[in-house]
Amino acid sequence: MRLLVNGEEREVDVEDDMPLLWVLRDELGLTGTKYGCGIAQCGACTVHMDGIAVRSCQVVAATAEGADVVTIEGLGRPGALHAVQEAWIEHQVAQCGYCQSGQIMQAASLLENYPEPTDEDIDIVMGGNLCRCGTYPHIRAAVKTAAAKLQEV
Amino acid sequence: MGRLRTIGRRTFLIGSATVLGGVAFGTFMAARPYPNPLMAGLGEGEAAFNPFVKLTSDGITLIVPHADIGQGVQSSQAALIAEELDIDVEQATLSFGEPNAAYYNTAFAEEGVPFMSFDDGSVAETMRDVMGGVVKLLGIQGTGGSTSMPDQYEKLRIAGAVARETIKAAASRRTGMPVAQLKTAKAGVILPDGTAIAYRDLAADAAEIAPVTDVVLRDPSTWIKVGKPMMRTDTLAKSTGTQSFGIDIALDGMVHASVRVNPRKGGAINGYDAVAAEAMRGVQAVVPVTNGIAVIADNTWRAIQAVNAINVDWAPAPYPAEMEGHWDEVAASFVEDRLDQEWRADGDVDAVLSGAQTINIENRAPYVAHQPLEPLNAVVQVTDSGVNVWSGHQMPRFVQQQVAGVAGVEATQVTFQNQFSGGSFGHRLEFEHLKQATEVAMTVPGTPVKLTYSREEDFLQDFPRQIAMSRAQGVVENGQVTALSLDIASPSVIGSQGARLGQSVPGPDMQIVAGAWNMPYDIPNLRVRGYRVPELAPVSSWRSVGASHAGFFVENSLDELIRAAGADPMEERLRLVNHPVHRTVLETIAEMSNWGVDLGPSRGRGLALVESFGVPTAEVIDVSMTEYGIKIDKVYVVADVGKVIDPINFENQVQGGIVWALGHAINSEITYSDGMAEQTNYHRAEGMRIFQTPEIIVRGLENAEKIRGIGEPPVPPAAAALASAIFDLTGERLREMPFNKFVDFV
Repeated sequence: MRLLVNGEEREVDVEDDMPLLWVLRDELGLTGTKYGCGIAQCGACTVHMDGIAVRSCQVVAATAEGADVVTIEGLGRPGALHAVQEAWIEHQVAQCGYCQSGQIMQAASLLENYPEPTDEDIDIVMGGNLCRCGTYPHIRAAVKTAAAKLQEV
Repeated sequence: MGRLRTIGRRTFLIGSATVLGGVAFGTFMAARPYPNPLMAGLGEGEAAFNPFVKLTSDGITLIVPHADIGQGVQSSQAALIAEELDIDVEQATLSFGEPNAAYYNTAFAEEGVPFMSFDDGSVAETMRDVMGGVVKLLGIQGTGGSTSMPDQYEKLRIAGAVARETIKAAASRRTGMPVAQLKTAKAGVILPDGTAIAYRDLAADAAEIAPVTDVVLRDPSTWIKVGKPMMRTDTLAKSTGTQSFGIDIALDGMVHASVRVNPRKGGAINGYDAVAAEAMRGVQAVVPVTNGIAVIADNTWRAIQAVNAINVDWAPAPYPAEMEGHWDEVAASFVEDRLDQEWRADGDVDAVLSGAQTINIENRAPYVAHQPLEPLNAVVQVTDSGVNVWSGHQMPRFVQQQVAGVAGVEATQVTFQNQFSGGSFGHRLEFEHLKQATEVAMTVPGTPVKLTYSREEDFLQDFPRQIAMSRAQGVVENGQVTALSLDIASPSVIGSQGARLGQSVPGPDMQIVAGAWNMPYDIPNLRVRGYRVPELAPVSSWRSVGASHAGFFVENSLDELIRAAGADPMEERLRLVNHPVHRTVLETIAEMSNWGVDLGPSRGRGLALVESFGVPTAEVIDVSMTEYGIKIDKVYVVADVGKVIDPINFENQVQGGIVWALGHAINSEITYSDGMAEQTNYHRAEGMRIFQTPEIIVRGLENAEKIRGIGEPPVPPAAAALASAIFDLTGERLREMPFNKFVDFV
């Protein structure tokens, strides 16, 4: 089947029910998207599908076919950072960093919907993204900085 | 000051590693440096001044051997070298290096020596030196116990200074200028006329001279990197999805594997039916491993799907099948023949207790899983000449030994390339996944095999934090705590880990009472005893190890006594505290938190102080009652580490430690039923989420004489401070974690 990932058409030969997460990681080599739980409890696999943050462990390949999929690699990259990534760097959010691709993808989606998020908005929308290192205080600060950056643009 | 008369000359247990009694060594052996492992790989015109700094015409490589499991220690190590070497960290290539005895961790010894952290008497110091010598002699390379900075603080600055002075000598030789007229900056030697020669252009000259080892370390007041806010070296990669972790490794020809091992840990496999699995797409082989079964496939998901499709008949667990059996065994361990050690005996506890009305307190701490977000994984390739291993791990040389043992080769035939880890918290001190990956790889010689645990398998195979219980008896008189007898029973976590390494660990285990026996208080009549419960379910070091239960026990018991005495929790601790560094920690947090202020209705405040890993850490927690349950509003933390290496990362580590400790205290435990963990994914053991996370205000102090690490110390006081706050709020004393068994949280 053909998938549109980060603006590129990609041909993959996989089962209809293979989760998008594993298509990205093991078939397309896009390892920025992480496997954490496999049951939508941790958010480490968060990507955008048609502009909406989804858990890629819960989206099967057949569903992703025809959709516009964006992963952390497509959001921004060193030298061409997304505002959320810039804020994440300024606040040095990451500790082990394993959850941060998912956190950043979720935060980018949050700011699409709530350009000026309140603390409560942040808590609710980011509540599904687990961070075992406990970077939450820095995530809160970075989301606000990112919001300010996006307002300036 | 507590007397330590009851401590005999028996075996002491060191951090996460075990050193058995009877090792013969002399001062000469302990003092003799290991050969420099970098010399072996040097080409013509390349220099390696010590095990940590290599210079070639391509540039500088710094070996930063402590594993980066999220705590940012790659950056801290590099900064220590760079401070003396006069380079920017970005000007060097950083490497975890190869497993080597030269990277022994002396600081592992300290946590195993039974003296107060601030006891610098000759006996204590001699014992630390002896234990340090043993660790060095055995070449124990490892990361854990908040030891990275204590281990490396001087070593790496010396390494940087030696490299710098040698490079200057090389420049002097080339230019004829006296060394005294040469300066260094930004990876270059500056001549008197201002001309700079890049270090890399001096590699060939430096390679021809012996390292200059007569160096003087710079005064800390001149430092421009260490102690200042740093940008971690991994921040960009970890903000762009470009940081490679062990689970991301992709090698040519690599196959994917997943495994299921008896969830009744240590039990055998009676039989299995893999017919369905073998027919699934992408499956290449079904491979038996010790106590389990693995599948090799062409994709991780296919391997996990297939291994889950195998019907397996598992043998019973070698420990009680139900939780009741575990707790019964712990409760039955407060008896003379399970007394592991009497660690503290001040005054005359028995006399005071027998003549007074006592307050009796029992506290409990459950098994808790580690569950870093990156599941355990390893890439293993068996070749004609040995075994190649790629994985994130805290004990590189033990990885070599364990893999070698499975593969039937010498440890020296095992190469190990350490990887950035997606968290550990003690999880990556274990070897089962590496041994299983080796067993699988042995069936496909030459082919790299990446073994990935499913999250469910990771939960089921996790060796959790030890289960523990305390029994305290106290006496309060005239508003003061006058006596405390604290008995703590738990299985030996060091014994459990040692057993898996084939080591028996007979001696007293200080981790049973860590954070409790060394409480920094002068209670007139004070006794702390540890009782060793025979091994139940296997357990492993969990962020802050023994202090994660014993710190909770001592402070929750003491707080209950203080409140029963009608005393103020801060005032009474200030009255009892017995060391100026710890007193300042308390005074600082009292001032920061405005202790004594009227918080208003429906609010409560609690306090705890625990010293663990040599760091006195005080925490004040504010809670409030809401319609959805108790909300943790604010946490103040003060910790004295002697020297803060990077204030930003320091804050991150402290906040992370608080989130870790409080999250598990309120909602996480592992329980066994039918011999298996009942919690198999984050929906049943989730820790803290962002909407539960309080504001966390952090201050690091630098009054302590020795430098200490900060990864572990924020954890032990948190649960007790929360219980203290909840008591203040509700009048109910919580004596067992997780607290959500008794109260609701937001």
